[in-house]
Amino acid sequence: MGSIAGIDVGGTFTDLILIDDESGQVEIAKVPTTVDNQAFGVIAALRAVNADLASLSAIVHGTTTTTNALLERKIARVGLITTQGFRDVLELGRRTRPKPYGLIGGFEPLIPRELRREVPERIDADGEVVVALDEAAVAVAARELLEAGAEALVVHFLHSYLNPEHERRARDVAARHWPNGHVTAGHAIMSEYREYERGVTAAVNAAVQPILHRYIRRLETELKAQGFSRDLLVMQGNGGTVAASIVAEAAVNTVMSGPASGVIAAAFTARAAGFPNVITYDMGGTSSDVGLIQNSVPQVSSELEIEYAMPVHVPMVDVHTIGAGGGSIAQVNESGMLQVGPESAGASPGPICYGRGGERPTITDANLLLGRLNPEKLLAVDSPVSLEKVGELIKRAVGRALGLDATEAAAAILRIANDRMAGAIRMVSLSRGHDPRDFALFAFGGAGPLHAAALARELAIPRVLIPARPGITNALGCVVADIRHDYVKTVNRPLTDLDPRLLLETIRAQIDEGKATIAREGVEVEGITLLHSADMQFQGQSHILSVPLPRLDVTREELHAAFASAYWQRFEVELKEIRPILVNLHTAVIGRRSAVDLKALARAERSDTLAGAQVAERQVWFEGGSRATPIYRRELLPERARFEGPAIVEQLDTTIVIEPDNRVEMDEYGNLILAILPMKGAG
Amino acid sequence: MTRNIDPVTLAVVQNGLQQVCNEMDLAFVRAAFSPVISEALDRSDGIYHRETGELIAQGELGLPVFVGTMQFSTQAVIQRARDVQPGDIFIVNDPYLGGTHLMDVKFVKPFFFRGRLFAWLANTGHWPDTGGMVPGGFSANATEVEQEGLRLPPVKLYKRGEIDEEILSIILSNIRIADQRIGDIKAQAAALAIGEKRLAALIERYGEETVEACIAELKERAEQQMRARIATIPDGVYEGEAFVDSDGVVDAPLRIAMKITKKDDGLSFDMSGSSPPCQGPMNSVIATTKSSIYLAMKHIFPEVPINAGTFAPLEVLEPEDTFLYAKYPRPVSGCAAEVSQRIAEAVFNAMVKAIPDRLFAAPAGTSGNFALGGHDPKRGRSYVMYVISGGGYGGFRGGDGISNGCSTIGISKTTPIEVMEQYYPVLFEEYSLHEGSGGAGRWRGGFGVNYTIRLRRGEARASMVMDHGRFGPQGALGGRDGGTNRVRVERNGKVYVPPHLSKDQDIRIAPGDRVHVSTPGGGGYGDPLERDPALVARDVRRGYYTQAEVRERFGVVLNETGEVDGTATRAAREGARGPNQA
Repeated sequence: MGSIAGIDVGGTFTDLILIDDESGQVEIAKVPTTVDNQAFGVIAALRAVNADLASLSAIVHGTTTTTNALLERKIARVGLITTQGFRDVLELGRRTRPKPYGLIGGFEPLIPRELRREVPERIDADGEVVVALDEAAVAVAARELLEAGAEALVVHFLHSYLNPEHERRARDVAARHWPNGHVTAGHAIMSEYREYERGVTAAVNAAVQPILHRYIRRLETELKAQGFSRDLLVMQGNGGTVAASIVAEAAVNTVMSGPASGVIAAAFTARAAGFPNVITYDMGGTSSDVGLIQNSVPQVSSELEIEYAMPVHVPMVDVHTIGAGGGSIAQVNESGMLQVGPESAGASPGPICYGRGGERPTITDANLLLGRLNPEKLLAVDSPVSLEKVGELIKRAVGRALGLDATEAAAAILRIANDRMAGAIRMVSLSRGHDPRDFALFAFGGAGPLHAAALARELAIPRVLIPARPGITNALGCVVADIRHDYVKTVNRPLTDLDPRLLLETIRAQIDEGKATIAREGVEVEGITLLHSADMQFQGQSHILSVPLPRLDVTREELHAAFASAYWQRFEVELKEIRPILVNLHTAVIGRRSAVDLKALARAERSDTLAGAQVAERQVWFEGGSRATPIYRRELLPERARFEGPAIVEQLDTTIVIEPDNRVEMDEYGNLILAILPMKGAG
Repeated sequence: MTRNIDPVTLAVVQNGLQQVCNEMDLAFVRAAFSPVISEALDRSDGIYHRETGELIAQGELGLPVFVGTMQFSTQAVIQRARDVQPGDIFIVNDPYLGGTHLMDVKFVKPFFFRGRLFAWLANTGHWPDTGGMVPGGFSANATEVEQEGLRLPPVKLYKRGEIDEEILSIILSNIRIADQRIGDIKAQAAALAIGEKRLAALIERYGEETVEACIAELKERAEQQMRARIATIPDGVYEGEAFVDSDGVVDAPLRIAMKITKKDDGLSFDMSGSSPPCQGPMNSVIATTKSSIYLAMKHIFPEVPINAGTFAPLEVLEPEDTFLYAKYPRPVSGCAAEVSQRIAEAVFNAMVKAIPDRLFAAPAGTSGNFALGGHDPKRGRSYVMYVISGGGYGGFRGGDGISNGCSTIGISKTTPIEVMEQYYPVLFEEYSLHEGSGGAGRWRGGFGVNYTIRLRRGEARASMVMDHGRFGPQGALGGRDGGTNRVRVERNGKVYVPPHLSKDQDIRIAPGDRVHVSTPGGGGYGDPLERDPALVARDVRRGYYTQAEVRERFGVVLNETGEVDGTATRAAREGARGPNQA
């Protein structure tokens, strides 16, 4: 391979990493994201490193086009053709409310009622036809929806996961009347039971399909004009990539791809560094993302909800968002309790220290006052605010009510914030039966490395890994990601009644489809990796547990044993009395791309000694008081550096806090590995 | 009393206690078998004071109706428990001993720290069956509690960590679908074990004395916060009411008369004018009556944390001699699912007069319990299918109510149609929005649901316990009531409507027969004549209302193409307001 560029579009910045495999040269760029058309930012990032597009072998692109379109509801007008009697399924949902307490709030379905049409057809739960499909009615409905201004169409019939015949025929009939090809059949996106979840997933696909299609065409045209002629790949939420030529077919797969690429980069980096089990922690301005990696494989879930009542049930890297970020506001409530978040100052007015008029103290302000952040190097500052002013406002909002001075109040904010974040991490990862001592905490994002050591101590996680370039982790994820396609098929049979041939046939069909898709993409791969898992439950349960299949010709007994053991690990419950059910079969077909050598990331003009890397000393607050603390420049740290806390390591895109009893080592990839002593009662 | 706890420790311990409960909630729901627990989330976990049984902390993911109830059942255990040992777990579901209905089975476990009883951990889960005259326990016309199922006083199901096989066998011999219950029992006990581990770690870390002091302090703080909220309500007496269609036996409405007195920073709730105890299962035990009021206040002030202090400013005058204070052997199966929601509605109905900006018009407020039991000849097995459904929520200042919201007391999801059809010999022919049911208002109510079930094989019997069949959920501040709940059974071409409208039992159904259910819409908020005509036109375009309906209810006239006829609308609205308001 030659040079490969990973370009990730985030909320504020578009990041690029370009790796030349032959020379080992690494180029990095950070340019502002262009919100209206992300392609401009992409081109600007390539220009910033003077990339020769004609010589690039691949560009891998992570885009938030579809995620943003959904969250901001700037979506295409979509029509629905569905089973007679069921046009309101997508509006009625599954009977909940936005919040457990309080009976207010709203919900708008992705497809408005006037664009939902019913046609005669019905298939029952055994896959038998109860009412034949009325194809003429499909044609009429499609034409009506087109006239009503629908740009994309969903065909969603009951039980299509079991017998997709009606859906296929209706899709073909409708497609003959649909000019742009944007017709989604529910089973083709997700062949699982549950009509609301499958229908919403299909509706999400259709709602972002035209938008993604237009964006990718524009980008391809732009890149071609600059001389680029090789593979353009796009990141997906499953942590793999797909060729741009076919990405819009299953546009829903690109939703939430940003957080996924961060976890992929973490898995890749941590594996190289010798840490197969990792909790990822990406802390940004308004929220933090947490993911789990076991045996170097990121945990994938098909049960994510993008927002209230918007389930997207395609396999995605399981990333949980916590409502705590640098901008989370600290306040004392009416009962005198200190609270941090979930309210956030956002980007505007932002923390006090950004100088944009913010007057309410945030986590970032507390870090600044405690010397953990360098007051002279704050990014994004419009008009500087003095440290005294920050302290004054912290004292006014928090200190006065609690009887604390400014520093004590800032320390209290930090402590509460870390406690809340640790609790949330525990809920989404460790409370699932994992032992924290088996994991490393991989911290990235602008603020992750500021808090990682404290969080690890709280959670009894023995090691923290800070990658060489924490601020471009998502872009690195693009570069290292493989091509990946996921297939899920509902079986829903008791294990004892299961015909092993059916199991094998289903999996083979999934493999064939995946391989055919990779062939269609025409992207160079070194080989194919297959991952198979079975979603299982005990009869009568509704939650599922995913169990990896050791082989294709797995026996029922082996599957039963694997499930029982996974169940024990998760719940410490043994249930010999009850029959297990095989709910879904899941296959991931992965086209391996050539591996990237991470050592290139560590290259820098380093100092020979630790002292040579020290650029300053300042007072930094740690538990137990303020201490004179050396400040190091990350790029200057000598190769294989070893030192002990307390210390602050600064680099362009983040600040790393090393607590007093931490020991630090830099490995050959430029990662900083912190050894953490747990606190009493932590975990 | 000053305890001299530093504010950081206090906040951290508060979070820690909460976390213990949340982890119990999570473990319980993920391992449970009963779909009522795993999908409908009908369960709750908490920590209780070792002597008083008062609530210390409760999981945030628990079912709202259990706000505060488990402290009453924990108190019943404390009063009766002898020889309490580590590893013991008491099981109890007696409604009269601080319970709800029989299906809510509580596990109560002593928590020892270094050999000393420190607190109690308890959880409750809704079991799909506890015996009795109808599968599922929701009898529409029981007249004694014995008909409703197996009643358990506090007994040790686990002794020093070992399950008592004898007691277990008594329980399993008296309930339906017993084979899966062992899964729920283990899940329920495992959740308490996780709570034990996490609570011990918390105490290890901060010390017994500190944690004890924090617990006492947190109770005071929650009380303080609740009082601060109450102080924002103007002083006065606010009256509200709500009606239960009937008790299922005697076909006459039951009235809840709610008189709320606000003075300084306290509220008192007087329900003494309510209907007397009833023959059918719509009686409420006092524990449920109280927690329905707590729940309603939590819906009004969702930001206040839940512990015993939260409820201290709420004085509930015990409504002796009414159906809201049931004593043995009054049947009570309807209290947790239905009467509790009417009590909450009566609180909303009173409070909307006091603080209209915080409140909303009445939500559908019924769990819509429907059960179909029979034998499937094709699969050669008996079954009981449960359908729960939502309805419209009330409008509120600034927004319309959502459609098909869940019951006021729940946060549950309905079972997908595709899943139900896999398990039971039925075909759903319709699942649609109940058009016209949203109560008219400046901000209208949300809409209910229609569903139609056709039986495909074998004979079956249908039962239902629903409400709002006679009166729609109440509108507020000039808004109109939401549409009513309707049930129709098509048998052999003839239509049968239950005499009590929303409650009936053992309706015989043959293959090919159909059951149609339409659930209530939410009440409207504010004068419908003030609703933006453009929104009304949109609602008609979506088919929520007909042109004739909006003309009558909103005074909005649309032309043939569905656009607002401004002149005709102004005239219609002026006419509707009447001469003295022009």
